[in-house]
Amino acid sequence: MAQVKFTPNLKRFFPDLQECEIDASTVAEIVAAVDQRWRGLGDYIIDEQGALRKHVNIFVGDELLRDKQTLSDRVSADTKIFIVQALSGG
Amino acid sequence: MHNKLLVGTRKGLLIMNRDGGDWAVESAHFEAIPVVYAFRDPRADTIWVSLDHGHWGGKLHRSRDLGASWEEVEAPKYYEGAACPPDFSIPAKTNYIWLVEPGGVDEPDRLYVGTDPGGLFVSDDGGDSFQLVDTLWHHPSNTHWFGAGRDHPGTVAIQVDPRDSRRLTIGISVGGVYVSMDGGESWEARNRGLYADYLPDPLHEHGHDPHIILASPSNPDVLWQQNHCGIFRSENGGLQWRDISDRNGGPAGFGFALAVDDEDERVAWVAPAVSAEYRVPVDRALVISRTEDGGETWQDLRNGLPQANCYDLVFRHALDKTGDTLAFGTTAGNFYVSDDRGDNWRCLTNNLAVVYSVRFM
Repeated sequence: MAQVKFTPNLKRFFPDLQECEIDASTVAEIVAAVDQRWRGLGDYIIDEQGALRKHVNIFVGDELLRDKQTLSDRVSADTKIFIVQALSGG
Repeated sequence: MHNKLLVGTRKGLLIMNRDGGDWAVESAHFEAIPVVYAFRDPRADTIWVSLDHGHWGGKLHRSRDLGASWEEVEAPKYYEGAACPPDFSIPAKTNYIWLVEPGGVDEPDRLYVGTDPGGLFVSDDGGDSFQLVDTLWHHPSNTHWFGAGRDHPGTVAIQVDPRDSRRLTIGISVGGVYVSMDGGESWEARNRGLYADYLPDPLHEHGHDPHIILASPSNPDVLWQQNHCGIFRSENGGLQWRDISDRNGGPAGFGFALAVDDEDERVAWVAPAVSAEYRVPVDRALVISRTEDGGETWQDLRNGLPQANCYDLVFRHALDKTGDTLAFGTTAGNFYVSDDRGDNWRCLTNNLAVVYSVRFM
């Protein structure tokens, strides 16, 4: 199962958020699964059209997510997923 | 008369209180998160807050215990396949929640939400869920909507007629004024008398830029509008607008914020700036302008406001009034109050973040 980690900043809104393992074949499926576990979390990561929010990044292994529109990037059992915020703001 | 204020800033929400003295900050909420808009719905005694997370999208929160605790509710969502006006090439999503407005007193579960990219949403379950008002979103004039200041148009003004909750007046920036007489089933554009100097035809039927619209509570047929191209007033629910910008050399003209008097339909306040191209106070001096005769003349109220080296602007939802008290916050984080209808002002603090929203509770 893919291992999923989150930026600690999301714990402000989901205090019991923690690293987890998800059985999924795409990043989109992973987002749907974590949204089931922490209701509403998906809306923090993607918009209502399913696209990655502009200032959110997802690492699939060591690479940045390629398909930011539908999150179709494939994942395998040993893939590490890291959901983080982009470095921006002021 | 209200003794509490909700102040939405780029760095959080402040609740201010003046029980037993001058206004002071009572509590701070949503620290470090931009608070676009905050108001108290008196029907359900609920505070609604619109947040603009830089990373996580626009969110809605409510408090049913005056800020002691907060609950996130699912923010309005555009349906799958929705696309942004005017060319519909970009998928529509809720980029920004401009404001939340209550429905009428006879429809206690109805709420309206105005968003970027221009959609008006409605809830009939007290805000538990929202639906896009398709009739307005698909209005045939939407090819004349476009972004100004932001990338997409925004629904920035929502007025529900207190005499008949089905009568709605909506301001879309940029798009214009839309009125529904049937609770949002159908809409007509009401822009006659407005002009838009940024259009090839400034008198075009559509494509106007109301920064904010308010109705006079004592006569809701009287509408006031701080527009991109001046200040306008209508005495017939927007069927005809009249330019009431100061013609005598005073500053009232360009601006964002507006407040109207509860009792007298001839009285309103604005917070002028130079122009769209020069978004600074006139002569670098902060002024609130007041008319007491329906816009025939304007008085410039400066006592207690900085009159030199000042770059404060007042955003569209950052001026409010209750009784004889007015309050506003500025883009430079300054906050002012007057207890005599603007004749004299005092500064409560100079150290806030950019102020987006000021509403008496």
